[in-house]
Amino acid sequence: MRTGTFWLVLIAVGIVLLVLSRALVLNEYFYFAAYVVLQYIVLSTAWNILGGYTGYTNFGTAAFFALGAYTAVVLHKTTAVPLPLMIVAGGAVSGIVGLGMGYLTLRLRGVFFAIATLAMAIVVQTLIVNWDYVGGSRGIYIIRPQQAPLVGSYIQYLYSLMLIMAVLSVGIARTIERSRLGLGFAAIRDDEQAAEAGGVPTLRLKLIATTLSGAMMGMAGAPLPYYVTYLDPASSFNLAYAVNSVAMPVIGGMTSWIGPVIGAVLLGTIQQIATVTISSALNLLIVGLLLIFFVIIAPNGIVGLVQELRRLGEGGRRAKAPAPNVKAKAG
Amino acid sequence: MFVSLDLLLNAIVAGLLLGGFYAAVTLGITISFGMLDIANIAQPAFILLGSYAAYTLNSNWGIDPILVGVAMLPVFFVIGMAVYRLYYYAFERRGEQAIQGLAFFFGLLFVGEVSLVLVFGVDYRFVEASYIGPSLHFWTIDLPLRMLIPCLVSLLMVALLQVYLTHSFIGRAILAVSQDGLALQLMAASPIRIKQIAFGISTATCALAGTFLIIIQPVEPSIGRDYIGRIFAICVLGGMTSFPGMVAAAMLIGIVESITATFYGPSWAPAVAFGFLLITLAVRPAGLLGR
Amino acid sequence: MPLLDVNGLGKRFGGFVALEHIDLAIDAGDRLGLIGPNGSGKSTLVNCLCGTLHNETGSVVFDGRRLDGLIAHQRTRMGLARSFQLPKPFRTLNLIDNIRVPLLYTVNARAGGHLSAAAVEERSRELLHQVGLSEKATRLPRDLTQVEMRKLELARAVATQPRLLFADEAMAGLSPSEVEEILAVLFRLNEEGITIVLIEHIMRAVMSFSTRLVVLVAGQKIADGDPQEAIRNPEVERAYLGE
Repeated sequence: MRTGTFWLVLIAVGIVLLVLSRALVLNEYFYFAAYVVLQYIVLSTAWNILGGYTGYTNFGTAAFFALGAYTAVVLHKTTAVPLPLMIVAGGAVSGIVGLGMGYLTLRLRGVFFAIATLAMAIVVQTLIVNWDYVGGSRGIYIIRPQQAPLVGSYIQYLYSLMLIMAVLSVGIARTIERSRLGLGFAAIRDDEQAAEAGGVPTLRLKLIATTLSGAMMGMAGAPLPYYVTYLDPASSFNLAYAVNSVAMPVIGGMTSWIGPVIGAVLLGTIQQIATVTISSALNLLIVGLLLIFFVIIAPNGIVGLVQELRRLGEGGRRAKAPAPNVKAKAG
Repeated sequence: MFVSLDLLLNAIVAGLLLGGFYAAVTLGITISFGMLDIANIAQPAFILLGSYAAYTLNSNWGIDPILVGVAMLPVFFVIGMAVYRLYYYAFERRGEQAIQGLAFFFGLLFVGEVSLVLVFGVDYRFVEASYIGPSLHFWTIDLPLRMLIPCLVSLLMVALLQVYLTHSFIGRAILAVSQDGLALQLMAASPIRIKQIAFGISTATCALAGTFLIIIQPVEPSIGRDYIGRIFAICVLGGMTSFPGMVAAAMLIGIVESITATFYGPSWAPAVAFGFLLITLAVRPAGLLGR
Repeated sequence: MPLLDVNGLGKRFGGFVALEHIDLAIDAGDRLGLIGPNGSGKSTLVNCLCGTLHNETGSVVFDGRRLDGLIAHQRTRMGLARSFQLPKPFRTLNLIDNIRVPLLYTVNARAGGHLSAAAVEERSRELLHQVGLSEKATRLPRDLTQVEMRKLELARAVATQPRLLFADEAMAGLSPSEVEEILAVLFRLNEEGITIVLIEHIMRAVMSFSTRLVVLVAGQKIADGDPQEAIRNPEVERAYLGE
């Protein structure tokens, strides 16, 4: 499927989902739950651009995400800009932080980048905790506006925005996959030295991936204050974001745009159901165990398993066909 | 700003004592990451496991925590060997990308923390022993025993391990593997067995390091995260494989953290280690004492 | 004016001197053989010249331009290519895509060198055909034999349209007939105008291929000139046979 066609289909699907849900769904809870799943689609897709496509692991998703949320808080307190602009601003802030982090650590092996992102998440959290303007450790209350810009409740508006972001991020991921940039990312992932020797400007591409990934995470975080109405570091830097943004692409499959979507929808939905039945700690434990299980048994995720099954199927069919004239060649 | 000499002096001394403890915490990483090139980011989970083991045996049966730590050494050693086995079969043998190995250890770290929350809850836990509380006093300097004793035992542990690595057959094999695994294979010693033992040792150090941690301060499951930046910063700054370098780096970071905590508040400590990590990686990846 | 002019190149790893004051001049069209015992610094030299490693001393001038400070991908774009001693294919990409990477990022990155997507695909297949890999064009590198992997390595290097190609131990571990195959490819490339530096241990291949021989021992150049003469140099004999 050509990229242009894909975008059309994707946007069509998005519009259909939007119209159908807003016309048919009466229970407000649907929008709360769907928002979270869509948010994870964006986070997982963003993570995968740097992780699955380029081969660099980022453990600091929570930091980029929270920076987007707190950018929105600052803008909310100081200006009257509409939410879509806050989303762009959140993306810009997180993108710049991603660029900076990358510039300092991407010249070294991927391991150091991963460790640095892990440490960075703690530090950003410390900064926020000590910043009283945005509430510090006590947190901050954000009042959801009464009127939503579109018809419907405010939560429906947030849901719609997140749906648009999910469509955009999936489209961007797929476009990258089929582009020269995506080929460059794959070459870096498979063998960075060989890529560099082949003319690929590896540092520049890695910086692009980091900046884009960080920006997308920041954008996903910007509406959060309006969603939760009470924002505090403990919840915005919640462990759940860190592990989910790694587990969902790994379990779904890291080599294609569809993997993070599968992972996000599957795990996101299960968790939404689980949080009302079991404790959130137990819920996270299961996600962690699934991550370990998949990374050992099925490192290419669900997408990889499906591909394996297809290959085995084809192999079976080929075995039944008569073998080509091997003997003629040997002579 | 008037800087009290008293305060500064005490901060530096506290930093030195803290540094000794940090050396024990980083010891395992120097072996697993510096020597074996395995980025074991789950190390803090093992340390906390050590802390909670000390807590459990101490609060239920009143056993001295350091004794618990020593008793736990063989247990953690076996756990470490098992983890390496799994890591080897799943990743090293297949030559998988680094990302899967990292995700594995991240999963372990995460599962470790959440399991502790489920079993012990999020309240702070502490241990009781005769040396937690009293302090020595020299001139104007305070030496709390709960920091002095872990520091001294830590340095002892580092020294003992250094001797073991340089003088025993297995120890020297570990050093050989860290430099050239292929050469070792040609000498018909199995690198996998050696690495397994080395990783087991690196995990065993967590038994004692965890005990020291809970002696120095009360613990709860999430404080492990503060230590990631610290231990890797110290490891890299110390030159990756050098024990003396590691101790020097640990002392340096301990002192800077202590001074920062005294004058700016304790919550900035993780930022100090992270800052060190970034600067070291950007400027001199070979570490303080060079490679 | 030589194509590649190396002056006083030196490289240390901590206290260990890997290369010491290497002077080397390579003319366009040369077939240069680079030999030396293991650990003599051959691969280090290639790495320094191609930008993978950074040399502390000395200057490198390629086609009249200084290379100091340029990193690997920039040097590749200038016309320096290399194949790797241990083949480093892009494992998750099929052969066509393996060749597309250097085509898109080197040939298309040069001024005036813009191939369309269709042209890239065609050129990729053509290059695979030239090394005899057409049949496996859509397969993954893991389906290749040893000698086929070496051919892929060479094809990838050639795809960058180099002026100078370093073939780093492209024949190690191959059977005599396979060595002949690779040698034939290299001869043809040289006929097409590519200057080739062959780093090899297989003496028969080096002697039959080279118009000039350079010998490296313990980081120093001890011989440089006509292959037959260089081989008979007593120092070279000593280095290979021992005192």
